[in-house]
Order: sequence, then C-alpha cells, then structure tokens
Amino acid sequence: MSIDWTAFTPWSAAIGGVIIGAAVAMFALMNGRIAGISGIVGGLFRPAPGDVAWRLAFVAGLIAAPLLYAIVAALPPVVIEAGYPTLIVAGLLVGIGTRYGAGCTSGHGVCGISRLSPRSIVATLSFMAAGFATVFVARHVLGN
Amino acid sequence: MYTLSAFVSGLVFGIGLVVSGLVNPAKVLGFLDLAGAWDPSLAVVMAGAVAVGTFAFAVAGKRASTLLGAPMALPTARGIDRGLVLGSLAFGVGWGLAGFCPGPALVALGAGKVKALVFVAAMLVGMLVFELLERARSDSGIGTGERARPSA
Repeated sequence: MSIDWTAFTPWSAAIGGVIIGAAVAMFALMNGRIAGISGIVGGLFRPAPGDVAWRLAFVAGLIAAPLLYAIVAALPPVVIEAGYPTLIVAGLLVGIGTRYGAGCTSGHGVCGISRLSPRSIVATLSFMAAGFATVFVARHVLGN
Repeated sequence: MYTLSAFVSGLVFGIGLVVSGLVNPAKVLGFLDLAGAWDPSLAVVMAGAVAVGTFAFAVAGKRASTLLGAPMALPTARGIDRGLVLGSLAFGVGWGLAGFCPGPALVALGAGKVKALVFVAAMLVGMLVFELLERARSDSGIGTGERARPSA
C-alpha cells in the first residue's frame, strides 16, 4: 500500500464529514430517524399513510444539494469511469444488496457505527471488504 | 415541519457529500483501491461524520420524542442474519464496480450526470426486485394479485 498524497484531501473530507454528521444529527433529533439513504428510498416501495412525504422530501434535498452548492461555488468534478453496462449491474447489486442488508454507507456506516450497533458494524465490515476485493480484482487482477 | 425538516436534512447531507468529495466515484474508488495509490480521504469523512453522529445519537437515544414532538423511530433490530451479511457483500461489490453508493448517486443525479441517472434507475429496479421477492415469500405461494400486497 502506498498513500496517494496528491489525491488525499483531509480538510475537505473532515469538513464534509462534519456536515454529514450535522445532517444526521438534525434528522435524528428533529425527525427521530436514522439518515440511511437506502432505507429512506426503499421505504417508498411500501407506501404507508404519512410515510411517503418525508421520504420524498429527504431525497429531494439530496438532489437539490448540488444545485444549491453551485450557486455559491463551482461544483467539484464528478468522474464516472464505469461504462453503462457496469453501472446497470452495479446499480442492481446496490439496490438489492442494501435492501437485504438493511442499509448502506449512511445507515450502517455512519449512523450504525455512531450508535455502536453490532449489526451495522458487521454490515459495514462486509460491504467494505467486498468493495476492497472488487476494486482489487477489477484493477489488479483483470487489469482494468 | 416534519417534511420540511426531512428536506433540509437531505439538503445538508447532500452538501456534505459534495464537500467531502464522495459524490465523485473516482475518489471513492481511490479509497477502495488499497493495493494501488491509496486515497484515505473517505476514512476521514467517516471519522468526521461518526464523531458528530455519536454525540447526536447519545442525545436522541435518551429522548422519547423528537424536538418536533414526533415519536423517536430509531432502529431496534438486533439480529445478525444471513440476509444482512450477504446483502451487504452484494452492495459492496456494486459499490466497488461503479464507485457509487445510494446517497452520492442521488446527489450526482442532481448535478445532471446521465450516468448517475442510469445507476439510480438500476438501483430502484434492484429495490423493487427485493420487494417483489419479499412479497412472494411472505405470501408463501398462496393467492396472487391483490392478496399479495401487505399493508405494512
């Protein structure tokens, strides 16, 4: 392992992380829920009275975020190297996987670890390990 | 207020994702590439978010209702089962293939990236497949159509 010091952005990472934490705190204290994106989106497939508007509102906030950011400063680059077939397979795996796994990077990784939930720690270790392994195979075994 | 608060939470969350660099799949893959030139930034993002989150959930966990007067609805599930592990592994493979997880993909969609739209569409199909499989399972093969719809 060698650290790529030119790519490492500790300050923006720390500030961004604290902002994410602030959003998690607000949602927990105001709405009484964990800010788990896959759960918020996935719950829309089981619509119940009074349970749809806040989910749509949270998702709308996420989608509106880059628009608001772009008013103040130029958006940082978004480089998507994956081709369309890869994106479709990846999206399907993320959709099914996060629902069976009951969470993603936000719900398990941020909220669950903050709550020291054993379930979330196991889930986070699982998806991190699979992510590391997948990139290793794609970049260093298949040489992509 | 509850809906507005959810919107603002999503907005702030999305801003955090933009500032942290997580909306950029190339940066996420740089973190997941342990054997290459490793970019540890994502670990710093997690540390920052968890530091604030730990404090927030310590406070929220002691309350029966929220600051808006709504009931606390924090998760109560405790079991570690096969679905949790296998599902998380499948998610990790998808994450490693594209560099997108659900939140950043939605933010990138808002930034107008067509590829993010394709990823999100596939993700929604994946979530729908989960729902259909779960409904089929809970119906245990008896009845079809309208009966197959749990009200939960």
